[in-house]
Amino acid sequence: MNGAEATWLTEGTRMHMHHGPIDLVIGADGPASARDIAFRAGWARFQTVLPELVAELPVLRTPADPYDPVLPQPASPVGRRMGHAVSRFAGPCFITPMAAVAGSVADEIRDAMLAVAPGLTRLYVNNGGDIALHLTDGQRFRIGMASLGDQSAQMDGVVDLTRADGIRGIATSGRRGRSLSLGIADSVTVLADNAAMADAAATLIANAVDLPDHPAVRRERAEEHDPDSDLAGQMVVVDVGPLSAPQIAGALASGRARADEFVEKGLIRGASLLLQGQVEICGSIAPQKIAAGSPSFRTDEVA
Amino acid sequence: MSTEQTPAPAPADKIRCEACPVMCYIKDGRSGACDRYANHGGELVRLDPFTVLDRAVEAGDKLVPFAAKGEDWDGEILHQGNTFITAVGAGTTYPDYKPAPFIVSQDVDGVDMVTVVTEGIFSYCGVKVKIDTDRHLGPETNLVRADGEAVGHVMTGEYGSQMLSLGGVHHLTGGSKKEGRVTCDTLMKLSNGEAVELTVDEGATLIVEAGKAPVINGVTEERMRVGCGSATIGMFAQQWFGKVDDVVVVDDHITGVLSEHQAGKVLGVEPTGISIKGRRSTPGRYFQVAEPGTGWGGTDVSDPLTILGDFNPKVAKPGQSLLMVSTTGEQYAYFELDADLKPVQQDLPERLNVSVDRIAENCEPAMCSVLFMGGAGGSLRAGVTENPVRLTRSVKDALTYVTCGGAPAYVWPGGGITVMADVTRMPSNSFGYVPTPAIVAPIEFTMRLTDYEALGGHMDAVMSLPEAMELAARREASRGDIPWPMENSHYAWRHIEG
Repeated sequence: MNGAEATWLTEGTRMHMHHGPIDLVIGADGPASARDIAFRAGWARFQTVLPELVAELPVLRTPADPYDPVLPQPASPVGRRMGHAVSRFAGPCFITPMAAVAGSVADEIRDAMLAVAPGLTRLYVNNGGDIALHLTDGQRFRIGMASLGDQSAQMDGVVDLTRADGIRGIATSGRRGRSLSLGIADSVTVLADNAAMADAAATLIANAVDLPDHPAVRRERAEEHDPDSDLAGQMVVVDVGPLSAPQIAGALASGRARADEFVEKGLIRGASLLLQGQVEICGSIAPQKIAAGSPSFRTDEVA
Repeated sequence: MSTEQTPAPAPADKIRCEACPVMCYIKDGRSGACDRYANHGGELVRLDPFTVLDRAVEAGDKLVPFAAKGEDWDGEILHQGNTFITAVGAGTTYPDYKPAPFIVSQDVDGVDMVTVVTEGIFSYCGVKVKIDTDRHLGPETNLVRADGEAVGHVMTGEYGSQMLSLGGVHHLTGGSKKEGRVTCDTLMKLSNGEAVELTVDEGATLIVEAGKAPVINGVTEERMRVGCGSATIGMFAQQWFGKVDDVVVVDDHITGVLSEHQAGKVLGVEPTGISIKGRRSTPGRYFQVAEPGTGWGGTDVSDPLTILGDFNPKVAKPGQSLLMVSTTGEQYAYFELDADLKPVQQDLPERLNVSVDRIAENCEPAMCSVLFMGGAGGSLRAGVTENPVRLTRSVKDALTYVTCGGAPAYVWPGGGITVMADVTRMPSNSFGYVPTPAIVAPIEFTMRLTDYEALGGHMDAVMSLPEAMELAARREASRGDIPWPMENSHYAWRHIEG
């Protein structure tokens, strides 16, 4: 069994941490002493994150239900972040804490680093496209979105964030990502107060971009695809054929309705939805700059 | 809550991956939660993108062992010169004025070499498909369709094979949107080694898969014939002479007759009075003895005697022997003439076994081969150098060696950098697409660092091999059947320094 690994990408400022399915790219700016202590703390915290999650996987794979008072709750710090994030969205939507796992890990590591090194001026923890951010006054992040599944140049987008925007989490979900999806969105990118919320919301909005019973959409039972999936019993989308422009617009509209609802409730700040070349954008944060999202941010463009 | 520490044994069709604490059960053909490890036919393999070919790793070794990453990782364990960075998974910097994603330098036997790797976006590309069969697939120039859309056309019949040309800019971007998309999809599947169903206008329905036997109108082609019937007579006349009075090799194109054929005449084979139904071309060679089909030698013949007329009573003798065999050796029958000069089937005598087996032995397995063909002479070059034409010249001058996913690329003479590569020699899943539509394929340019500088290379972007290895996630054994890209025999300067 391989343990956690860490490697400098750029000595002193960018580090890659890896354990099993988790890959983090972490970038920190600030005085050298602060960066040093922050990376040490992040590494110390990271090494036990995966075993903690694995130990309570059955709970993390149980659908959240706000009306069930005896539902077992996650106990690990990252598990609690996951449970808390998805409980805000549970109710009408099917969701399990796993929908927020990537963002929650990113938030956890960011907070572990900031706790010991408040002097960092900027910090990002990018967990495969789900990113926890930290900014101080006068600093900004310029975040490039590489549309990996869709490389036409016009699909790339950029968003500029400052501390005043209050965005501390970005996440992307969709069929071109790694997880199974109940919807047909190529990708949905969400800006929110933290990465766990962004992660859960992106998953749910991507699920809502859908054309039920459309012949071009091929579905399979989740357990056929992945016997351990938390979506067991649900039909996941395995292939989407070409759709007409009105069909694409229709699917995006249902996703947008859910995104608008989340924005109104204050759960997220903005979202961009992409399906077969069409884009829907909603929310308050410089939306016109988000031309489109992608399954993962090109981490080297987070600068 | 799971407190189990000793997991249950994996079900028969699943592997339990123990690479990390998640310990996924992975079904055959699926990958684990990390998408990094997969079950390929019961074997755990690593499959994440960005591939490194490692000559030091013996071919056939498990691919799972991977350079340990860690803070104290020793870059020296990479034997310089034995590691080649491919462009598979490298990404692209379209439009290419930015330096290519990876420009890697390393010391190979004292020569500082640089490899520029990028995944090119090829909207001017296609595949050439060679299908080992003599069956009629359709008239030359007729359209080849996938999913009803025109994706290419029938080219020429070559020796024992039919050629198709698929893709190209006119189908990718010149036709309807659907035509382009289906063409792109067809090219990508074929290039990634997946099976594709194609139909030829006024012709056959085919299933084509690189490295596999073609399926034509539902029938799997087992073997390439050894040659036409006439060629077979020529090849084996000597072995039949003295062991049998006459031999007929049944074939859809040309059926051969030993006693009439030039090869038999030269050996002194006596006339046998045999007569063949069909159109005689030259002595001992007959066209159209039957209709095309799935019987003997690609004809519709199931009883070989149906192609024979009566024996000439002035020449033929009772007891005279005759071997009839197809051009693949799959069908054969032995006859002797009775008192009425009618052939009567007998068991094949021991002495003729060898020649029939040898026909079969000389038939190679029928296969589809797919060569990816694309032009890298356009904007992609700008990712390599500030002065793109210099790259073209450097390739033509054999200072730069071109590979696709580490596999050798044939560079066409003439303008541009138009390359062809055998997709089965490239790492698995080397190809992708963009919705333009266009195919994304790996391409690497390897040259001396000094030559790279001279052609205006992006010297600022050159990274060391260990730096590139940091980013590499997939490591593959190099294959014995492909030349190592950094062998100095590829380069013009070998004469001076080699």
